[in-house]
Parts: sequence; structure tokens; C-alpha cells
Amino acid sequence: MDSNSIIKVRMADLNVTKYPGILTTLGLGSCVGIALYDPVSRVGGLAHIMLPDSTQIKNNSNIAKFADTATVKLIEDMINIGAKKDRIVAKLAGGAQMFSFSQSSDLMRVGARNVSAAQAILAKLGIPIIASDTGENYGRTIELYTEDGRLVIKTIGHGIKQI
Amino acid sequence: MPGIDIDKLNTLHLDVLREIGNIGAGNATTALAKMLNKKVDMGVPKVNILELKNVADILGGPENLVVGILLDVSGEINGMMMFVLEQQSAHVLVNILMEREIHDISEFTELDISALQEIGNILTGSYLSSLAALTKLTIIPSIPQMAFDMAGAILSVPAIEFGKVGDRVLFIETEFAEGIDHVTGYFILIPDIGSFEKILTSLGVSL
Repeated sequence: MDSNSIIKVRMADLNVTKYPGILTTLGLGSCVGIALYDPVSRVGGLAHIMLPDSTQIKNNSNIAKFADTATVKLIEDMINIGAKKDRIVAKLAGGAQMFSFSQSSDLMRVGARNVSAAQAILAKLGIPIIASDTGENYGRTIELYTEDGRLVIKTIGHGIKQI
Repeated sequence: MPGIDIDKLNTLHLDVLREIGNIGAGNATTALAKMLNKKVDMGVPKVNILELKNVADILGGPENLVVGILLDVSGEINGMMMFVLEQQSAHVLVNILMEREIHDISEFTELDISALQEIGNILTGSYLSSLAALTKLTIIPSIPQMAFDMAGAILSVPAIEFGKVGDRVLFIETEFAEGIDHVTGYFILIPDIGSFEKILTSLGVSL
């Protein structure tokens, strides 16, 4: 496949594409990758969110940074290139706890909070989560293939898997 | 009084922050050189003001395998401090200090890991204590924690913390290198926005 069809999604960023495009985000830590896919139009969308909730933060103009606003925007962008909302399914990856600090401060739990926030917003929007690979204490690189919606997850020392 | 804006730091401010890196990393590099009994060179500190989307580009790219030792900094200066080693350098350090011959992370024992963590502790401690002496500000480091992973994943931790208050993160980054065994890595200080003002004022720089 042409390497030009690989689109990189960076931290606090989101993007959408159609078959045969591939969306990837590298080195997810406590951030969460929200991968959405419409199997009929073969439209995919990927967001690399950093924080759970835009309403808890004053400086919230960067909508791709938050689980709630990024998901809404991702669906909008997917619909604009041919997806139908009631066909979209979701897969989640990331939300690791990279460092195990003894004091369980907010910062250290942010991975888990990002995952819960992503689950909550998807439930609210009626998008089913069909697979997840979240938590643990290691980083992940993920690739969403619009060919069939598979999400490939690469790690260091914890193997490669496909969900 | 409102804090200084990260986008409004002028050349003088950036010079002072660079000098912080110089002094902090200078002391830490000296400590490392003593530990290894070898000459360690230090690069010119860089003050990187990065958009969140570009944060993962430092340290050799988001998928570069590194050892990251991270601690929280509190007291009169708040923020985070990181000591980052290229994976190869982590092996070399452990080999030198523990008199071992290992070439892969999977060979690290608990003891090797705590040795690395202790190196991180000593070096970041020496960085921060020179900074405290210079500014006469209280700096309380937390116990360092270590992760062995992709640089992007490790950097997500400070990026998230600073992402709560803005879309840019200021890193004072200093690279060091030891020529013979090729130990390379970085000292990174990430002061929060409120701390710029305190650091600059303590050094007599007007805002």
C-alpha cells in the first residue's frame, strides 16, 4: 500500500480518512486513541486525546485535546466525508499509567480518567465500543486501517496485537 | 497579579531560562562524570516552547525507546523534572556501575533498575539543588519514578499536566554525552507558568 495514504495524528489532534487510508498515532501514553469506523462507507477517524473533560478546564479552545469535544468533532468530520452516525463503531487504546507514583494524585490517574471519559461520551452519543486495549503501564502505537476497521497496536516489550 | 504569558517571554527571559539549564545540567553532568570517572560533555541548553502536537518530536521522536526518570517539583518552584537516557546508554550505565554485561532491557534485574533510578535521583537532585542555591527558592523534589518506553508515551505525562493550562509546554532541555562509551541523554526541567515569574524575579530580571 502507498505509504502516502498513512496519516499521522499527533498529540491533541484528530483526523479522518476514507479507504484505503490508514490513520496512525505514535507513542500513546496516558493519552487515549479514539478510533471510529463506519464499515459501510469505510470512513475512519482517529483522535489522540489528552484530557477527559473540556468543561473542567478554562483553556479549552483546542477541541482535539479533550475526550468529549474531540469525539463530537470526529463524528462530524466523518459524516462530512460520507459516514453515517448510526453505523459508526469505536475502538479505544491507550490510557496507560506510565509512572507508578505512590501518591495517587490526579495526574497519575489521568490515563484511567481519559478512558472513562471516552467511554462516557461514546455511550452518550450511542456509538458502541466494540474493542479496547487500555490501561496497563506501557506506551502504544496504533494504526487504524480503513480497509476493514482493524486497529493494530504496537508496543515495546508487550507485543503487537490487533483488535 | 496575573502570571507571565508563555508567549510573551522575551529574549532576556529565554536567556535566563537557558542559564538555569546551564547551571543545573552543569552540576548534574559533573556528578555523572564523577560517578563514571569519565569526561562527560554537555550541550548548550535549549529552551523549547512546543505546541502540544509537537511535544513528542523531542527525544528522537515519539517511538524512540528511552528510559525516562520523572519527578514532581514542588515548593516555590513547581513543575516536573526528567532525566532521559537513550536505551543503549541505560545499558552502558548499568554495565559500568553494576559491573555487568547486558545488552537488552529484558536483562535488567530489579537491582539494575533501582540503580538506574538512584542515578536519576542523584543527578536530578544535583540539578535542582544548584537551581535552589542560585535562586534562593525552595525546591522540593518528589521520589523519582522510572519508565522504559516510547518517548512519546513518557512525554505524554508532562504534556497532559501542562495541557491543563495551555497548548504550549516550555522545556529547558540539555543534552549530555560521554564520548568513549556513548552515554547520551537529556536533563529536562519543565517549570509551570507560575514558576517562570518566580525564577526570573529571584534572579533580578524584570518582567
